[in-house]
Amino acid sequence: MAINSDVLVIGGGLAGLTSALKAAREGADVRLVSYKQSSLRHASGLVDLLGYTPDGEGPVTDPYAAMGDLHDAHPYKTVGVETVREAMGLFDDVTDYRGDHTDTNALVPTHGGTVKPTARYPTGAAAGLASDDRDVLLVGLESMVDFDAPHAAAHLEAAGVPFDVRGETIRFPGDLQADAKITRYAKLLDTNGEVAVRGRKKGARDALAERVNTVREKEARVGFPAILGDDHTDAVRAALEEKIGADVFEVPMGPPSLPGLRLEDRLFEALDESGASFETGNPVVDFDADGDTIETVYIEKNGAKIPNSADQYVLATGGLVGKGIESDRESVHEPIFDCHIEHGEDRYEWFDGDAFGDHPFASFGVETDETLRPLTASDSVEFENLRAAGSVLGGYDFAAEKSGSGVSIATGYVAGENAAAEAR
Amino acid sequence: MSDAQSPTDFDPVEPNTGEDFEPVDVFPDSNDFDLRPGADSCFKCSVCDTNCPVAEVDDDFPGPKFQGPEQWRLKQTDDDYEIDDSVMSCSNCMRCDNACPSGVPLSQMHNTARGEYVENQMSKTDLEYWRNRILSNYRLSASIASKVPRLATWGMNFGPARWLMEKTMGVTKERDFPDFATQTFREWWAERGGADASRRNAQQRREELGLDRNADKKVAYFHGCYSNYNTVDVAKAMVRVYEHYGYEVVAPEQKCSGTPMFANGMLEDARRHAEVNVSSMSDLVDQGYDAIASCTSCSMALRQEYPELFDIDGIEKVSSNTFEAVEYLRIHEDVKEDVQEAQVSGELAEEFAYHAPCHARNQGLERQSVELFRDLEGAGIEDVGESCSGISGTYGWKEEKYEKSMEIGEEMFDHMEHAEGEVGMTECPTCAMQMEHGTGYEIRHPLELLEAAIVE
Ligand SMILES: Cc1cc2nc3c(=O)[nH]c(=O)nc-3n(C[C@H](O)[C@H](O)[C@H](O)COP(=O)(O)OP(=O)(O)OC[C@H]3O[C@@H](n4cnc5c(N)ncnc54)[C@H](O)[C@@H]3O)c2cc1C
Ligand code: SF4
Ligand code: SF4
Repeated sequence: MAINSDVLVIGGGLAGLTSALKAAREGADVRLVSYKQSSLRHASGLVDLLGYTPDGEGPVTDPYAAMGDLHDAHPYKTVGVETVREAMGLFDDVTDYRGDHTDTNALVPTHGGTVKPTARYPTGAAAGLASDDRDVLLVGLESMVDFDAPHAAAHLEAAGVPFDVRGETIRFPGDLQADAKITRYAKLLDTNGEVAVRGRKKGARDALAERVNTVREKEARVGFPAILGDDHTDAVRAALEEKIGADVFEVPMGPPSLPGLRLEDRLFEALDESGASFETGNPVVDFDADGDTIETVYIEKNGAKIPNSADQYVLATGGLVGKGIESDRESVHEPIFDCHIEHGEDRYEWFDGDAFGDHPFASFGVETDETLRPLTASDSVEFENLRAAGSVLGGYDFAAEKSGSGVSIATGYVAGENAAAEAR
Repeated sequence: MSDAQSPTDFDPVEPNTGEDFEPVDVFPDSNDFDLRPGADSCFKCSVCDTNCPVAEVDDDFPGPKFQGPEQWRLKQTDDDYEIDDSVMSCSNCMRCDNACPSGVPLSQMHNTARGEYVENQMSKTDLEYWRNRILSNYRLSASIASKVPRLATWGMNFGPARWLMEKTMGVTKERDFPDFATQTFREWWAERGGADASRRNAQQRREELGLDRNADKKVAYFHGCYSNYNTVDVAKAMVRVYEHYGYEVVAPEQKCSGTPMFANGMLEDARRHAEVNVSSMSDLVDQGYDAIASCTSCSMALRQEYPELFDIDGIEKVSSNTFEAVEYLRIHEDVKEDVQEAQVSGELAEEFAYHAPCHARNQGLERQSVELFRDLEGAGIEDVGESCSGISGTYGWKEEKYEKSMEIGEEMFDHMEHAEGEVGMTECPTCAMQMEHGTGYEIRHPLELLEAAIVE
């Protein structure tokens, strides 16, 4: 006896969530199991399709058009451009992200003061786009050293944005500790919790708006680091907009990332609505196979191994950060099924001498057939009922191309669709 | 940011404590609190901090990254470094554990740090120390109170007495003490005929199910203090459901799981109780029993905290053979199909607002009740979201923490009130207290609904 489903997805990042969602929508009985929280909590919360070509050219204006020129081993080539569009359709359907009105990349200012080409952005970032020509005030917080507003403003000016931008640093009302957690700010704003300002109690939203009003000149848009609420972020933004009298946006931040966290929550909610099951907190560590068919995988819980069985499996365990791929001095490997990963014999071939060079390790990952089944060294299918999706795949370098979320969504979609079709 | 800052090698099964790592045997014969190997794999991403419900409401609480890896680093470089007293504000919800992509054993670090703090830095004549000690030794108070349940229930909630408790002891007067059952589970169990009766019931049931009369289906029930003294119906439901599937149940000698003691740094107390529990459970595991708990903090303690903190004979064996009650049935029985075919009527035909306790979340069980009951005819279940209830065992009973505990719980109360049902459901007895306190709803345990659904 074991816990059974039609499709079992291993990994709860963008790729795993998308494949589980797609498979469930195709009518399969789906179960997703994931170890830790995904790399979305480290990511900006922006969804990039393709920002730069593999040769480093860009920013790319139309990512779909640029996909045609990718090399054949690239996951976008495997699944096809039309499928990438369909997959983004599913993403748009379950989130309230913006950017779906056009094929063109949007340009979003980042906390470092660069402008990033991205395909989809959270509603909260919408008023900040660099293609808009209204003037911008960036507001930094004394206690949040990760976002230096005057510095970011100067960078944006230097990047040639078509508007004036100024940065001011203020104290978050209530004088929080220098190392206050981002969730502390978010909670205070979510609940409009009381803070003490010169001995008087005030709602956090009101007090923050008042402080901004003392430094705002005539800018039509005000950008904050991404801390504006967690559960009620739209309400927080609306309240600030009303009290400041300007559009308010969030600038995506480095880890830990509230927008990434909110996206993760939203996708799990959608998965729940689709009727799928999920479980997080414990890793898959082992499996049983009959020939080239996987029969059961085992989840490890403090020494006990819990069997989970399915017809079809999707491997979406992430790359080096998600622990879907591991490396030691001798080799690079995929730890659950030991799927083949092509890499040079000599570990000195894994990276480039130049720190910012073209590192082979960045594209390490499993290679697949066109239905995303991992292949062995001799190009035969590893297991007939296993598919792979997301950053466990090889053939692309998401950090250089700015294609991370797009590849995860597109390949997750295809893996989920194929798995559901095969599961009977 | 790039992907290149990947943390070091890491085995998903073992927390990242390095090759030579041995469980830190905190008391009594070792003073070695060194958890440096785990601290070294922290790459300061702060993801753990985003999961901490206390840091979310308490500006003075520096969060899990500080309590764990950073504090251990400070300790390593400065011989005179004293554990920061903020460690006493950690509620031991263990949410940070679940977050760390690098496998840093955060809650283990906090538990050890707290143990050291209480041992070396806290005055044993302090009221706070005694208040914490009394709160964490709930079992003792409960065993006395259960001798005179009605009087105790009344006395513990008698206004002037509660005022005095708050003033002198720092136990909040805002909360109602739980009712004590007029008959404890163990009294009921003995009266019913104990293990022998359970064996007969199981054998008879196996025959009805067409199984081998002597099939090897047996579990040792770790009922914990709460279902023994307070929610006895939960323990009875557990027995009936298991017997329904043909399991023989034994209820071995046991003490407190130690959960409230870990959270208060009373590691010596916890160890004494753990020794009794491990010894009786490991004997049974040797005879082919699995250990089953109906409280998720109890199963968490046996599974994770014991082997992390203590080096007791047989502990690994007990840990890897301990399961939460519903989880075990999901693995070994067709419980899902049975529930799909069942229907409930009467008292438990309700819409339930379900809250997953933090300690269920940590065992990967946060969804199982929702998934099990969503197809049950006659009842409904709705997940009220991922927030912590805020009580965290003894945390919400402390006068100075009460407000924060309610602030943490706010989101859950809110979601409960928006949910369709007006009856709550959870596996954790203290979460149940908080749910009831914040909404006035009656709270049930999944085992009670399971019993209503499948046991005639
Ligand atoms: C710092 C950083 C910044 C980024 N910024 C951006 C950005 O701005 N825009 C963009 O588009 N992309 C960005 N990305 C990339 C993007 O986040 C990822 O490419 C994408 O989210 C990967 O999704 P995934 O599902 O493939 O893997 P992951 O998100 O890594 O998820 C893998 C999941 O599998 C689980 N897992 C691993 N092993 C096991 C096991 N044995 N059993 C069960 N579960 C397991 C993990 O716990 C994890 O939850 C960034 C990434 C990082 C690290
Ligand atoms: S155990 Fe809970 S309260 Fe304590 S530091 Fe971790 S997340 Fe915070
Ligand atoms: S999540 Fe882990 S690696 Fe990140 S800061 Fe916390 S302990 Fe360190």
